[in-house]
Formats: sequence, structure tokens, C-alpha cells
Amino acid sequence: MLIRYLSQIGRYFLMLQEIFSKQTKWSVMKKLIFKEIDDLVIDSLGIVAFISFFVGGVVAIQTALNLTNPLIPKYLIGFATRQSVILEFAPTFISVIMAGKMGSFITSSIGTMRVTEQIDALEVMGVNSLNYLVFPKIIALLLYPFLIGIAMFLGVLGGWTAGVYGGFISSSEFITGTQMEFIPFHIAYAFIKTLIFAMLLATIPSFHGYYMKGGALEVGKASTVSFVWTSVSIILLNYILTQLLLGS
Amino acid sequence: MIEVKNIEKSFGGVKILKGISTTFEPGKTNLIIGQSGSGKTVLLKSLLGIHQPESGQICFDGRVYAELEDDEKRELRTEIGMVFQGSALFDSMTVAENVAFPLRMFTKDNPSKIKERVDFVLNRVALVHAHNKLPSEISGGMQKRVAIARAIVNNPKYLFCDEPNSGLDPNTAILIDNLIKEITEEYNITTVINTHDMNSVMEIGEKILFLKDGLKAWEGNKEEIFRTDNEAVVAFVYSSNLFKKVREAYLKS
Repeated sequence: MLIRYLSQIGRYFLMLQEIFSKQTKWSVMKKLIFKEIDDLVIDSLGIVAFISFFVGGVVAIQTALNLTNPLIPKYLIGFATRQSVILEFAPTFISVIMAGKMGSFITSSIGTMRVTEQIDALEVMGVNSLNYLVFPKIIALLLYPFLIGIAMFLGVLGGWTAGVYGGFISSSEFITGTQMEFIPFHIAYAFIKTLIFAMLLATIPSFHGYYMKGGALEVGKASTVSFVWTSVSIILLNYILTQLLLGS
Repeated sequence: MIEVKNIEKSFGGVKILKGISTTFEPGKTNLIIGQSGSGKTVLLKSLLGIHQPESGQICFDGRVYAELEDDEKRELRTEIGMVFQGSALFDSMTVAENVAFPLRMFTKDNPSKIKERVDFVLNRVALVHAHNKLPSEISGGMQKRVAIARAIVNNPKYLFCDEPNSGLDPNTAILIDNLIKEITEEYNITTVINTHDMNSVMEIGEKILFLKDGLKAWEGNKEEIFRTDNEAVVAFVYSSNLFKKVREAYLKS
């Protein structure tokens, strides 16, 4: 069992090496990158905006409902919302959701290409299929921090909307809270995490799609396995990066 | 010309190809036939470089595939056209984009020259009207013709076809067979076809390689296959009453 996992990890790193070798012609690659930006980033904007806004609102309400002590200032609602959204919710929680949305899309599309011999067709033609299929996804997901930036903004906006219109806090108090003890490095920390998660989101689902065997049923299974492993990797790396970047 | 010299290939300890040697000549339709599990697909995939044989050699006009550098292998692969059993068309691309794909990847031709060549090959397979259709919008027979167009667009020296007639009605199957034969002769391509279709054997089998249990059991052409008394070939090719009668009629005549 352990040997199997280790061999899979080794195969994953060999795949990474292959992705960056024997580049596809730039004129072809350029179009693929724009297509992946559309499929992976632009198509995710709606769901990311929706989830961020409402979860930000829930964070604000939960915080407000738990601040029962009159000595605790109300502006802490804004502070807690900002910290939760920027540090964890936007980079990590959204990435886990994207492991489901983008990840299953990537695994199933590459897996279907494997099942229908389209990957064999690329290889027979002399195309480096890993570079052709995965490299554009990695480049497209360099825009992933842009998506997370929007999630951060909308999460805090959702918190403000729920706090102010729910009657828990005044607008000025919330804004004071969001500006309180602001540490710019927290933004850098969030975007460093985001970029690393973007790499995982592009490569782990691709790995599971590319090396799958079987038919339509196995494509579905590969998508599920890919979601599990991408989520586990994100959560583990989140812990390690938090310890490394904030813990010391 | 492709020369296969004593190749062996195993999977999970089971030997699938047991020392096969043969030659596939240019300008001829070379057929590989045999029962399911006889090693036909493994042989074809070994020729394509998808499987690496454990021993033996595959030479493409004197170039030993296993001895080539990675770049040389990729270069060689640009000389190969392949028609897959399920066509393997890229489903996100239109018919014209599928056919243009090898040209966009491996040539420096400008878009108008690529379009000209795509129009030419689509015309050759009688599919000019399907330019902007997606593979999902055309029939199985048309998909096969698109796959042939894509395989020949880059003027390959070698054409491989894996069960090109599977799932097609008899008329379309004959049309595909004739198209492959015409293209092979027209461009002097070394064509290797993996097939179960006995119609193809009778119609276009200029060289037939019969595999049984991973061994070369018989080799000949479509005339010789009528006269052979090789038991394995007779049992396989003339298993249906129709072909038995065709053989009897041929031998009487």
C-alpha cells in the first residue's frame, strides 16, 4: 500500500518534469492558454462570487451572535470577518471548492481523452501530450490569485452587508474593524498559498485524468479520487505553509 | 518499408508477442488479422512506439526505432499517420481544425496554405461540406473519413489503421477500404491495417499477416489466402458459411 502511494508520488513528480519539457509551438499554446483561462478562471467567477459573499455574511452574523459581552467592541465583527476571509476562507476554503469544480472538470476532460484514444493520437503524432494538455492549465491558473482577490473583497462585502443590514453593527464600526491592526504580510501570505494551491489544482486532477485506465465508469471514479487527493494536499500544504509563514 | 525483426512483448509475465518477424512494403495495404487476443493490437502499438518490445527490432526505412534519440523519435512520428478504431478525433475541435492540427503543430505554413491543404484532403475524402461541424455532429463513417484525412494531411510515409471498419455498415466499410487502398497507392505510403473484417481481407489484402497466440501463423496475399491449407487460417477466415462458399467458388473457377 505504502509502496503504491510512494510510486504514485514519484510518478506525479516525473509527470511535472515531462510537462515542462518539449514545449508545444507558441502559436498553438497561446490559444490553449486563453481557452483554459476561460474554462477554469472566468467560468468559476460566478460560483466564487456567490459563495464568498454569503459565507462572508455568515461569518459576520456568527461573530455578532457570539459577542454577547457588552465590553467587547462591536468593531471586532469587522475585524474577525476580515481575518477569517483573507487568511483562510478565500485562499483555502475556495480552493477546496475549486478542487471539486475545476478538478473534476480537468480530470474528466483529460480522462475522456484517454478513454477515447485522443491522448494516444497526440503521442503518435509526436506531440508531448502532457505539455499540450497540462501546461496551459498551469499558466491559466497563474490568474487564480485574481479569483481569490475577488473572493476576499466579496467576502468582506458580504460581512458588511449582513452586519449592517442585519442590524448587528453600524457601517462605520464595521469599517473601523476591517482597518484595525491590518498586517499587509497577511495578504502576501494568502497569495503565496493561493499560487501553490493553483499549481496543485492544475496538476493533481491532470495526473488522475492522464494516467487513468478503463472506461466511462473509471473517468467518474478518477474524478472522485482526484477531488479527494487535491483537497487532502491543499489542507496539508495549508497547515505547512501557515506554520512556515506565520508560525515562526 | 517497415521491417519487424523477432519482436517479443509481455504484459504481467504473459508473453503476447512471441518473436514476430515480417516486412511491410510501401504502396501496399498490409493487413494484420487474427482472433481477439492474438496480439494484433499489441503489434500495431509496438510499431507505433506506444509499447516498447522487450526484444527484437522495428526498422522504419533502415532507422531502428529503439536506437533513435527522443527528438529523432518525435521526428519519425511526424511521418506517421494513424487512424484509430474510435477515430480519436479531438471533440473540442471542428472537422477542419482536426485535420489542420498536424499542420499547425509541425509546419510553418501560413493559415491560407493550411486551409488550402485541409480543403484538398477533405475533398479527397469527400467531406468538404463538413468543414465546420464538430465530430459529435457527424456519423461514424464520416468520423472515420475525417480521421483518414487527418492521418494523411501531413503527407505521411507510414499509415496505420486500427480496425478502420469496426462499427460501420457494409457500404461505408467498403468505401473506407477503397479510400485507404487508393491513398496508399497514390502516395506510395506503407500502410498497416489491423482488422477483423474478412471483406477487407478479400478486397484490399495485398499482404496479409495472420497471428495466432502471439505467433506469425501465416503470411501471404488475398489470392494465396483462398488456396492455403493452413488449418488455423482456414478455421479463422472461413468460419462463416458465406466465406466458405466464396472460397469454394474461387477454387472451382
